[in-house]
Amino acid sequence: MGFCLDVSGEFACFTRPEMKVERVSYDVITPSSARAIFEAILWKPAIQWQVTKIEVLNPIKWMNLRRNEVESIVSTRTAKSAMTSGEGHLGIYVDEQRQQRASLLLKDVRYRLHAEFQMTDKAGPQDSAAKFADMFRRRAEKGQCFNQPYLGCREFSCDFELVDADDGPDPIQRSSDLGFMLYDLDYGDPAYPQPLFFRAHMQDGVVAVPERNSPEVRG
Amino acid sequence: MSLNNRYEFVYLFDVKDGNPNGDPDAGNLPRVDAETGQGLVTDVCLKRKVRNYVGMVKEETPPFEIYIKEKAVLNRNNLRAYEALELKHESKKLPKKEDDARRVTQWMCQNFFDIRTFGAVMSTDVNTGQVRGPVQMNFARSIEPVVSAEHSITRMAVTTEKEAEAQSGDNRTMGRKFTIPYGLYRCHGFISANLAKQTGFSEEDLELFWDSLVNMLDHDRSASRGEMSPCALLVFKHDSALGNAPARKLFELVDVKRKSQGPARDFSDYEVTVKEDQLPKGVQLIKYLD
Repeated sequence: MGFCLDVSGEFACFTRPEMKVERVSYDVITPSSARAIFEAILWKPAIQWQVTKIEVLNPIKWMNLRRNEVESIVSTRTAKSAMTSGEGHLGIYVDEQRQQRASLLLKDVRYRLHAEFQMTDKAGPQDSAAKFADMFRRRAEKGQCFNQPYLGCREFSCDFELVDADDGPDPIQRSSDLGFMLYDLDYGDPAYPQPLFFRAHMQDGVVAVPERNSPEVRG
Repeated sequence: MSLNNRYEFVYLFDVKDGNPNGDPDAGNLPRVDAETGQGLVTDVCLKRKVRNYVGMVKEETPPFEIYIKEKAVLNRNNLRAYEALELKHESKKLPKKEDDARRVTQWMCQNFFDIRTFGAVMSTDVNTGQVRGPVQMNFARSIEPVVSAEHSITRMAVTTEKEAEAQSGDNRTMGRKFTIPYGLYRCHGFISANLAKQTGFSEEDLELFWDSLVNMLDHDRSASRGEMSPCALLVFKHDSALGNAPARKLFELVDVKRKSQGPARDFSDYEVTVKEDQLPKGVQLIKYLD
């Protein structure tokens, strides 16, 4: 079942994994971010989204932003010992554990995202593709979502609209080789997700996304 | 009891002769969108104030403790007792460990308001240690372009002897300070009932969150901030957890326009209109600060 969403937002940051300390975004949305937008509207273990095509509708624009961030994460070990002993000291003091990090963000983005879902082996006897397609269409038409979808980071929320695949404005007239791009993470072993990459080409504003199992997607 | 409704909110606040959010990349000048000239305030800047306010009113005690603390305000060097959760000592086998980590995450959510609200990244080794909070905020943006003014200021004392010598006893130095004369900022936020269920964010927490947006600026006074005040908090409450209308349609109902000529210097220079008659079915508008 194929669907098409017109998504837009003021900012976006699809962080390149090789430049994630001072975040630098990819030029266009990654398949994994696009998948997450569909999943924010509807996802069940019985289905799996596959992004097929990304159309870039707005010119690619950049903006630089530096923020104070915290360098630590919550420590499981301290939390555990506080739980067992009944006392402890858990907070993080931001002034002591501070990093200033710049981000190179995208501005004024708009995409037309094409995706379809397949049933997985977790589907029960009552599950059918038509049922989930109906659910998705109903939610997307009403603007319903499980959580507000976003463009790479949660502070960059996006609007979405269910559209027909050939409706709306034409993609930007720009073609370029976007290099190796993150495709998605392979959660085969949930404790150690492995990244997958593909060679992304933008042809007249359109990035064709290969299937996950195709040889173009490399681990 | 966790939430059963999705919410969106529009938060308007203004600043007079102050710097609402400095840009570390630009020598602490107020953040500005270089293309439009509109002022920006980051989401994290506002979340910081929510945390500080909740930490202050709830006196840093569970279940409203704040995980990400600001030392200047809240450094109390005491050990605080936690309700000990009877955690069984399980063997270190991997699947059980994952279960264990889930309980730790739950326990952190129960004790810390900011983890319940905004989420947190916990633990390195186990995947389940990351929670997304229900409350999602965007950058706040000023309605009109803002003008940053630079002020030179003097001080009548110096810090070190060396400086005093260099000044040959005059002991006066110059400093700089940036303000914007006036700016009205608009911030959009989202609250997901589904994510609230995952972290245990409750109706009571939600009230506290609204309360913090209304009151936090009054407890965040400093030399650099100038006069910051909340102007409007418009909350859209959906009938259902999934929501009854697209967020953008609701935000479009709130229109902020200028009603005077010349540069704006007060909230009264603006007019906020809400097209309540166009409110979609199943969405209720709640006005705080009215």
